[in-house]
Amino acid sequence: MRYLSLTDADRRAMLAAIGASSVEELYRDVPKAALLDRPLDLPRGLSELEVTRELEKLAAKNIPAGSVPSFLGCGAYRHHVPAAVDYLVQRGEFLTSYTPYQPEIAQGTLQALFEYQTQVALITGMEVANASLYDGATAAAEGVMMANRLTRRTKAVLAGNLHPHYAETIATYARFNGFEVAARPPDPSGNDDPAALIDGETSCVVAQNPGFFGHLRDLAPLAEACHKAGALLVVVVTEPVSLGLVRPPGAMGADIVAGEGAALGNGLNFGGPYLGLFATRDKYVRQVPGRLAGATHDAEGRRGFVLTLSAREQHIRREKATSNICTNSGLCALAFAIHMALLGEEGFTRLAALNHAKARALAQKFAGVPGVKMLNDSFFNEFTLELSRPAAPIVDKLAAKRILGGVPASRFWPQLPNLLLVAATETNTEDEMDAFAGALREALR
Amino acid sequence: MSDWSKAVSGFARDAAGPHDNRGLDIDELLLFEQGEEGRSGVDLPAPADGGDSLGGLRRAGPIGLPGLSEPQVVRHFTRISQKNYGIDTGLYPLGSCTMKHNPRLNEKMARLPGFGDIHPLQPVATVQGALELIDRLAHWLKVLTGMPAVAMPPAAGAHGELCGMMCITAALAAKGERRKRVLVPESAHGTNPATAATCGYEVDAIAANERGRVDLAAMKAKLGPDVAAIMLTSPNTCGLFEDEMAEIAAAVHAAGAYFYLDGANFNALVGRVRPGDLGIDCMHINLHKTFSTPHGGGGPGSGPVVLAKSLAAYAPLPWVVHAGEGFRLVEHAEGEAAQTIGRIKEFHGQMGMFVRALAFMMSHGSDGLRNVSGDAVLNANYLLARLQDVMTPSYPGPAMHEVLFDDRFLDGTGVTTLDFAKALIDEGFHPMTMYFPLVVHGALLIEPTENESKAGLDRFIASLRRLTERAKAGEAEFFHGAPHLAPRRRLDETTAARKPVLRWRPELAAAE
Repeated sequence: MRYLSLTDADRRAMLAAIGASSVEELYRDVPKAALLDRPLDLPRGLSELEVTRELEKLAAKNIPAGSVPSFLGCGAYRHHVPAAVDYLVQRGEFLTSYTPYQPEIAQGTLQALFEYQTQVALITGMEVANASLYDGATAAAEGVMMANRLTRRTKAVLAGNLHPHYAETIATYARFNGFEVAARPPDPSGNDDPAALIDGETSCVVAQNPGFFGHLRDLAPLAEACHKAGALLVVVVTEPVSLGLVRPPGAMGADIVAGEGAALGNGLNFGGPYLGLFATRDKYVRQVPGRLAGATHDAEGRRGFVLTLSAREQHIRREKATSNICTNSGLCALAFAIHMALLGEEGFTRLAALNHAKARALAQKFAGVPGVKMLNDSFFNEFTLELSRPAAPIVDKLAAKRILGGVPASRFWPQLPNLLLVAATETNTEDEMDAFAGALREALR
Repeated sequence: MSDWSKAVSGFARDAAGPHDNRGLDIDELLLFEQGEEGRSGVDLPAPADGGDSLGGLRRAGPIGLPGLSEPQVVRHFTRISQKNYGIDTGLYPLGSCTMKHNPRLNEKMARLPGFGDIHPLQPVATVQGALELIDRLAHWLKVLTGMPAVAMPPAAGAHGELCGMMCITAALAAKGERRKRVLVPESAHGTNPATAATCGYEVDAIAANERGRVDLAAMKAKLGPDVAAIMLTSPNTCGLFEDEMAEIAAAVHAAGAYFYLDGANFNALVGRVRPGDLGIDCMHINLHKTFSTPHGGGGPGSGPVVLAKSLAAYAPLPWVVHAGEGFRLVEHAEGEAAQTIGRIKEFHGQMGMFVRALAFMMSHGSDGLRNVSGDAVLNANYLLARLQDVMTPSYPGPAMHEVLFDDRFLDGTGVTTLDFAKALIDEGFHPMTMYFPLVVHGALLIEPTENESKAGLDRFIASLRRLTERAKAGEAEFFHGAPHLAPRRRLDETTAARKPVLRWRPELAAAE
């Protein structure tokens, strides 16, 4: 087998050194009845060529978003990732290293994490960011549990503009971690105000910007309402590119930002692995979940980086840790950092402006289409259309014509059959938009 | 932090100023110290449309991101990468971490557009191959563990633990029970007690016996009607198979509790022992350990959880199920999934990791996976045999896939476990896991994995033997200063924690 380095002669010599007659003898602590004496009923091993053929066959049964006009968002956005990103993350020194617990030989990972944390803090307008969590939804759940610890309260208010998968994830954590959730119904209008649900037990309000249905809202009044009641504001951002153009949560009074970072540096990957962004205020840093990289110096006075404040973490604090998280999304954070480094100020703001312009152009295409009503007065790169007929069958019809024409809201809420969420990014061409609008017009006829 | 500006030196840097290069070890500034306005590493057209639909929420003022060209960025990350030790560099014997080779075929397969470029919310008719792949991987996991069901969404091992403990809690709740305690052996990974606490349980530690295993009598004494589960690792973090698992399972089940197995060390068992045959109810599998998906400097991982029949109904959403010729996704808590614990993450699971893990399994096949565990165990026992005369094994063999030493062999030398591990860096090896598990003094936990050759192990053994000789010869000073040859000497972690500097700020340089 190509990944094994021992030869049969090696194995014999090693068994002799151990004083065992066979490998099976080394398993003598396993009860006989549980020790399998033959291979399980699974396929035999394959060569690299054979594996490639089989997996290519499976891959060919899917329609890659990039091979057709695609306008899907709802927390996962398709952007162009520069070629250098994927080359650099595949360097073995990054790809095949562990969590940097031995900082003398892990400065690459640690410096990159320090840079990533700085980038995340800058774009969210927050003071400090961690080294990543699993994804946006779990980051939001961790944000709520952190707010519970900080306020010693146990009720989270979820705005009606929160991604339903985030709301469901928080609800699952709530059931087992023992906190209460008060959730507003889905808010396609963008005008619902969750502040009315805040009471003396409320630890935080979780609101999203841009909202799930695409609206942009100034969250400063909500932040004020939270703070007046002794609660925190957790702001969710599922499209990090928006932060290049839209006022960041930190400028609107957010205490915690939980977001999905996969749109930068990382591919769609059918939803995972993704990248949980997490940022907050300096004063809360000792309650942050997950790892933090920090600067220090070595015995010769040279600047270096380490994992720090680990007295919050499970490997030190065990049941008293701020979170049970261990492995996070290190390599996804690296990809984010490299993409952001390539963009820089000029590229990041221009990318955001370009996304917004594409979405505005797409919105224009639907302006005259009968049976299509635009619900948004504001948006970044995604908005909601109300159709005259149920959206799901239309999306399926478009897919049959090889157009991925948005996500029907009914996939999340059956009670919202006619709403269609549509996103455009820098990857969409004018021709694709025309094809989409034309196909939608025809499907609604 | 209030006084971060005085915390550490080295921020007053100038890209054109004096440097601290040492040959190929190039002193690399932060991105933020190299950036200049008017430069970008991507070319993007300026949008023709000057208007906006932002509802008055346009960002004000600059963000502060540095501008670099593509060659500058490529050099930056290449240079810092060269300060990292990876599996590709050499032996990475971190106990309980299973740092095995990450095949590049797996990387290539995960990047096929049919897997890497599909959106999680595409119509299911357009992602049938992806669902089939998840179903196929699920089949391998069920057969290898001897369990009837598997939950695929968990994002990593600790997330899998949480998922499993949620399923157990839900199953108890369905019987009208809310139990208070979870039993966790002292040698467990920190994630076990942290997970139990996240799930609202009190953690009750079980002592180890003199053989390094769970003390059966002590465990039975702690069992009671308020115990929800035991979270056990086997082989445990002493590298020993828990040889009384059947008795543990019987006692746990008799008390109406569930048996959670931490699958972090499944690499010792894969293809040879099915945990399902030992009476477990639930186990997570770290695809980034046993099934070779890269650790990536700290993730992403993937932690599917196999479930007994009694827990399967509670598996988190979404479910991939057969539907006639194809597959469908169950995304709502209704019908067949009415009892689910619900969603535990954003989308369906770590698809990119699923592709890599399945490629690894298909490459080995059923017989090949037996050789994975066999060679991993053989390599660990070879290290034990060749080192037991100079280092102090905590327990007699046979070991499983990893071998535990304590620091008795350093008694009187003035050298600590930390010093010894850091000196290994100068020998060209990554250190072993240090000070874990907590059940022995100054633990050194070594896991070679199946990938190493005998010659490679012999070189590692020679280094360890040389270091033990130097420690015993009174060279404590050498050890205290180690590593001497790494990109950095020992780092001041106390200052880092006392005065945290967690991001770059322009004022940092100005403050010096």
